[in-house]
Amino acid sequence: MVIFNAKNLNIWFGQIQALRNVSIEIESNEILSIIGPSNSGKTSFLRMLNRLNDLNPGFKMSGWLEFAKEDIRKIDIESLRKRVGMVFALPLPLPLSIFDNIAYGVKMHGERNRRKISSIVEHSLKQAYLWDEVKDRLGVSAFKLSGGQQQRLCIARTLAVNPEVILFDEPCSGLDPISTAKVEEAMLKLKKDYTIVLVTNNVKQAARVGDRTAFFLSGELVELDRTEKIFTAPRDQRTDGYIRGKFG
Amino acid sequence: MRKFKEFLIEKLIFICGLASIFFVILIFLFLTKEGLAVFKYVNPVDFLMGKSWYPISEPAQLGILPLIFGSLIVTLGAAIISIPIGIACAVYIAEVAPSKIKEVLKSGIELLAAIPSVVLGFIGMVTLVPWVKTVFHLPTGLTALSGSIILAFMAMPTIVSIAEDALYSVPKSYKEGAFALGATHWQTIYRVLLPAASSGIVAAVMLGIGRVIGETMAVMMITGNAAVIPQSILVPVRTLTATIAAEMGEAVVGSEHYFALFAIGIVLFIMSFIINVTADLFLHKRH
Amino acid sequence: MRNTQRSQKIAFFFLFLATLLIVVPVGLIVVIIIQKGLPAINWQFLSDIPRQGMRSGGIFPAIIGTFYLVFGAIVFALPIGLLAAIYLSEYAKDNMLNRIIKLAIVNLSGVPSVVYGLFGLALFVVFFKFGASILSGSLTLGIMILPIIITTSREALESVPQSFREVSLSLGASKWQTIRQIVLPNAIPGILTGTILGLGRAAGETAPILFTVAAFYLPRLPKSIFDQAMALPYHLYVISTQVPNVDEKVRYGTALVLLVLVLFMNLVAIIIRYNFRKKKKW
Repeated sequence: MVIFNAKNLNIWFGQIQALRNVSIEIESNEILSIIGPSNSGKTSFLRMLNRLNDLNPGFKMSGWLEFAKEDIRKIDIESLRKRVGMVFALPLPLPLSIFDNIAYGVKMHGERNRRKISSIVEHSLKQAYLWDEVKDRLGVSAFKLSGGQQQRLCIARTLAVNPEVILFDEPCSGLDPISTAKVEEAMLKLKKDYTIVLVTNNVKQAARVGDRTAFFLSGELVELDRTEKIFTAPRDQRTDGYIRGKFG
Repeated sequence: MRKFKEFLIEKLIFICGLASIFFVILIFLFLTKEGLAVFKYVNPVDFLMGKSWYPISEPAQLGILPLIFGSLIVTLGAAIISIPIGIACAVYIAEVAPSKIKEVLKSGIELLAAIPSVVLGFIGMVTLVPWVKTVFHLPTGLTALSGSIILAFMAMPTIVSIAEDALYSVPKSYKEGAFALGATHWQTIYRVLLPAASSGIVAAVMLGIGRVIGETMAVMMITGNAAVIPQSILVPVRTLTATIAAEMGEAVVGSEHYFALFAIGIVLFIMSFIINVTADLFLHKRH
Repeated sequence: MRNTQRSQKIAFFFLFLATLLIVVPVGLIVVIIIQKGLPAINWQFLSDIPRQGMRSGGIFPAIIGTFYLVFGAIVFALPIGLLAAIYLSEYAKDNMLNRIIKLAIVNLSGVPSVVYGLFGLALFVVFFKFGASILSGSLTLGIMILPIIITTSREALESVPQSFREVSLSLGASKWQTIRQIVLPNAIPGILTGTILGLGRAAGETAPILFTVAAFYLPRLPKSIFDQAMALPYHLYVISTQVPNVDEKVRYGTALVLLVLVLFMNLVAIIIRYNFRKKKKW
């Protein structure tokens, strides 16, 4: 099933055009990796999917983008963001305790029952493989965790509001290889319940976890295909160059 | 339900956001409402240029030129004292002082800014005024000079802190460039940093002077309050602000005198408006 | 080379001298007031009403009057100022309206204090017929400290990292929920600092209360917000200039109480700011 459908999507920040005529379909329960050099528009595209770009002054869009067959501009923005969660490039815990970080979104959506909130917190932390490490100190500040733990906390926090899609914006850019492996493992496990869109600077990571991979350059979608295809026989020379450049 | 509550809150936030505009307009409106009535009794030129201020004689003479001169001479004196000292202090704090002393000095300046003007006026009365009297062999120490000295102290925190900000926000690369060319620290300061920070320093000076013109209590307590055009800085003067403060208590609501004091308020309001808008332009020029 | 070094030394010496010219008198002022005012301070001075035409007795009604005024000013100014700061930091777009609001704030902070007094007289005392009362004086002082509260609160709100807002919004929280749950709690120390600075300013000002509230001599406590009241700064003005033959000790004592009150508030603000910077988690 197609969950996101973009047609001729153009966006601008002030005078600068960040996406040019991007058309793309994202299937449910796949991991779509998006690669490309910096300023290629990949993060701008990702932030279209939960309308976080709306926060930027001077943002404009043209073209068509629908989520679950609905025009994204017509969906209530809060319920869109509840259904499309996001994990940011740097671990960004809120200045709250571990428990309250996870419970935050749940509470904001009106859940008052303490027992229910507790069970959601526990479940989400387990899904993000963090429960065993933090179960005895849920009340301490989230800033006390290590970088990798913080990032898994952010994943758990996103899972807690029960989204359909999770957007990952270079989630491992600040992490060491061991933490990265843990985050990737979590992503692969999550695939069966969620659709995942992963923006990454790390070409190897895209190759490891993506079902399909898209290559962005200067705001355009250059190529989109099965990950093995992109990495073994890309149709476009620019894709080939980018991947090889990174390898070599 | 939640959406509706948030809608109301956001409307309230918007209304409060406009509050400052509302109050500026309200202040201007009520000053003019009460103040413009004076022009039924005296025409604007005679009001601004008239040389005698005898508001309770019969008929009342409502010329505020002596008061304008009073404000000008006190302000000028305060400016001459506070500008060089204030800028020098800002340069010292921003560039020369070791970082530990810097914090102490900044707290000292903040302390000065926090002292209520009536306390400074009181201290001026009991220390500075007798001193001015004996040093210059005057019949009274309540003079424009005493006022200028105390007002200089009230202007300095403003001048120092804004000028220091201006110096601080000059890009580091300017300084490094000058050092790389072999300039000494002092050469770098006066050839590179001061010119680069000039518009912020101009704004600092203007806001300091704005503070001086508007200052009331200290001035009223130590300038002697004689409403005559001053011939020197060593005679008593009366400023615009002190006139309002000293006389409004006795003016009958709705009398000529009452209207005239409000008209002085309009003059002060317009002066502060011009000073603040211009200073703001200078402040934002550097960005 | 030798020459430029020497001129640098001379220049720095003069810069240092200028700094001393500011800092030393400030220290002297504080020391003189403490030294000469301290002997006047005793329990009677702080708790008794003024007696014998304010030449003896205490200053209790003036202290209480100042507390009432400052409290009233903050009750009025804090909610408006805080919401205005939220508007500027969270909602305002970079447009003409925003520029006008900022200009209005700059102007409001530059209006001479005696002009606030005139305004309070015309609007609250005469037009609304509140008379010379604590209510009129508090409202006047409240409008006067509004720019301080708006500016400092806005800085505090803007110093909360943008990423916190993005995280909260990305979880589907509404804008107001984000402000209420994430932005405001993390800006509280800054807002508190600004509020206390505003309090200190309101406590020390005389000109705005001259015609809106201040009683020359009122040897009892105010009974309601429609009563006149004595206030410390005005009392100091009165006993320094309007009443002859007041013992110098009483004047210094009053100045000391006012100075301590104002400086104490500033000190609290500085401590809050310092602790907050030290503890800051991001």
